[in-house]
Amino acid sequence: MVPLSAYLILSAFLFATGVVGVATRRNVLIIFMSIELMLNAVNLAFVAFSRFLHSMDGQIIVLFVMTVAAAEVAVGLAIIIALFRNKETVDVAEINLMKW
Amino acid sequence: MIDYVWLVPAFPLIGVLINGFFGRRIRRAAVGWVACGVMGLSFLVSSLVFWDLLQLPPDKRVFKGVVFTWIASGDLRAEAGFLLDPLSAVMILVVSGVGFLIHVYSVGYMGEDRDYPRYFTHLNLFAFSMLLLVLASNYLLFFVGWELVGLCSYLLIGFWFERKTAADAGKKAFVVNRIGDFGFALGIMLIFVTFGSLDFQEVFRMAPEKLQVGSALATAITLLLFTGAMGKSAQIPLYVWLPDAMEGPTPVSALIHAATMVTAGVYMVARNHVLYELAPFSLALVAAVGMATAFFTASIALVQNDIKRIMAYSTISQLGYMFTGAGVGAYAAGIFHLMTHAFFKALLFLAAGSVMHALANETDIRRMGALKEHIPITFWTMAIATAAIAGIPGLSGFFSKDEILWQAYSGRHGHYLLWLLGVATAALTAFYMFRVLFLTFLGESRVDPHLRHHIHESPPIMTVPLMILAFLSIVGGYLGVPEVLGGANRFQEFLAPVFEVGHAKAIPSPHGAVGLELGLMGVSVAAALVGIGVAYRFYIQDPSLPHRLAERFQRAYTALLNKYYVDEIYETLIVNPFKRGSVFLWEGFDVKVVDGSVNGVAYLVEWGGSLLRKVQTGYVFNYVLAILAGAVAIVGYMAFWR
Repeated sequence: MVPLSAYLILSAFLFATGVVGVATRRNVLIIFMSIELMLNAVNLAFVAFSRFLHSMDGQIIVLFVMTVAAAEVAVGLAIIIALFRNKETVDVAEINLMKW
Repeated sequence: MIDYVWLVPAFPLIGVLINGFFGRRIRRAAVGWVACGVMGLSFLVSSLVFWDLLQLPPDKRVFKGVVFTWIASGDLRAEAGFLLDPLSAVMILVVSGVGFLIHVYSVGYMGEDRDYPRYFTHLNLFAFSMLLLVLASNYLLFFVGWELVGLCSYLLIGFWFERKTAADAGKKAFVVNRIGDFGFALGIMLIFVTFGSLDFQEVFRMAPEKLQVGSALATAITLLLFTGAMGKSAQIPLYVWLPDAMEGPTPVSALIHAATMVTAGVYMVARNHVLYELAPFSLALVAAVGMATAFFTASIALVQNDIKRIMAYSTISQLGYMFTGAGVGAYAAGIFHLMTHAFFKALLFLAAGSVMHALANETDIRRMGALKEHIPITFWTMAIATAAIAGIPGLSGFFSKDEILWQAYSGRHGHYLLWLLGVATAALTAFYMFRVLFLTFLGESRVDPHLRHHIHESPPIMTVPLMILAFLSIVGGYLGVPEVLGGANRFQEFLAPVFEVGHAKAIPSPHGAVGLELGLMGVSVAAALVGIGVAYRFYIQDPSLPHRLAERFQRAYTALLNKYYVDEIYETLIVNPFKRGSVFLWEGFDVKVVDGSVNGVAYLVEWGGSLLRKVQTGYVFNYVLAILAGAVAIVGYMAFWR
């Protein structure tokens, strides 16, 4: 049987990949995908704990996270499209309207 | 009926409410009817109350009616209560009676004015306030009336506020009165601190026990109260507002600035005579200030050319007489003169108004003359009033003025110098009043040719009040014919119960001095006749004489003409330094310190914000980095330091 630590290591690795992606990439779509990756890394950890602790709570929360993530994707993509229509770019270095 | 004394001020208040709220919606005639009607009812109630009071035995003639308890807080109790005794009974009769006549006259005089309802609202409000003042049973209510009449005076002086001079005059009256009222308010507070009560009767009952004769406290209280009287009754040094107050409509000058409001100070001193008797120094000061004012302003009146201003100076001068009467302990004589003065001075003002009415608001007596034929009723009534104020024997002014002069000589606190100045003032008064009469009605006409055909007698609604007041100016004096002339001095007898409270019965005038009294009377009559004779010589026989005299004594003449430069002196010594101080506080303190600190705080916040703003770059990766660093720090703290 695969030990819990293996799942958690994989989960941490995926999460770290997502963080690095968000922090270093300039393409807003890549950043977006990295965020999704981080969410799914967390989902993996939840499911693993649920399995090993014999509790269904983790599974339920994963369902919630996926729902929220779906909604977030819808809103996020809409914003990105709107941005692209205005600025003709997906480079976050050129998107700095949100300041005074 | 006495229980209904509260109706006396209540009626004018009803008039205020009707004309104040609906005056612009009802017909003009209705406004006049309401205003005069409420005054007539008020006078009727006053008369009935007075009649009831007369039915009581003299020592029972005090009635206190409490309408409701106004303030009850700790030791402080103040009632909306009315004190009716012979003194306030005389005052309500004078105020509502003369007030009624002046209201009626106003219907004619103000008939053309577009602010007719506002005028009558304020006039009714004044009548209410004045009646409240004279009927108040405690100092606090008295002060309310005192301030309200000041307010009405301000409103009515500045009635034609589109004219800058009128607005300024109102402001001046208000500010000068403020100075006096400040002292007055302090006096009331000192009374409360001393006695723990503000009720007239209680204070007067306690006064002889709590205060010693001549004590500093008694002197302080009375002097502070007198400061208020100086302002309200236009005595030196606070008289300067009254001549300017003539900017108001003439009936207002007659009602407020001659017959009633300005006499409030005299009434106040008479009302507080128990306290003043405990402070001989204050009494002496009252008499001295009164007589000084009488003489000083009479001398100014000699050469003025504005008919209303002459009347104003004359009013100040006559008020000085009243204060002298009160100051020498002859309160009844002071109040007697107050009453007769209300008759003849109101008449003089209304007659002056009638002259102005005939001449399209001309007030300069140099541009009048020979009006007798054109406006005979005005002439004859004004002649009666002039003779009365000059002290021609048989008219009201003679009896009241001579009573004051006699008391100034022989009274408990009298002094021959007061009498001497008083007689000199009487001569001046006779001169300047007859000067007005001669220049206005006799001699050659100096009226603007364009106006000549316009001259007309006033309508009956104005002349009838004149005639009634003329009648009163003649007979008013017979209420108080002195014993030496075979009278019984009923007026003094009527007021005696009031003025004998708190101290021994007034010493009857020394009977051995009958000859002296008659002699002094003769001297003052002679002085008045000399004044009239000089006026006759100057303005009828030899009209060029005054000019020659003016040139000869140029310096004295210009000083008098410019009112001794008192206004200018006040301007330089008081008003301007005050203004400069205010400007300094404005530009130095308010702008720099107050505004500076407020603006400084705002600037500091702005500056800090401009620094912090740099943090918000708008780049997503900067924020991500910050979040990451934060997360690492928190996790690191949780993992390794806890």
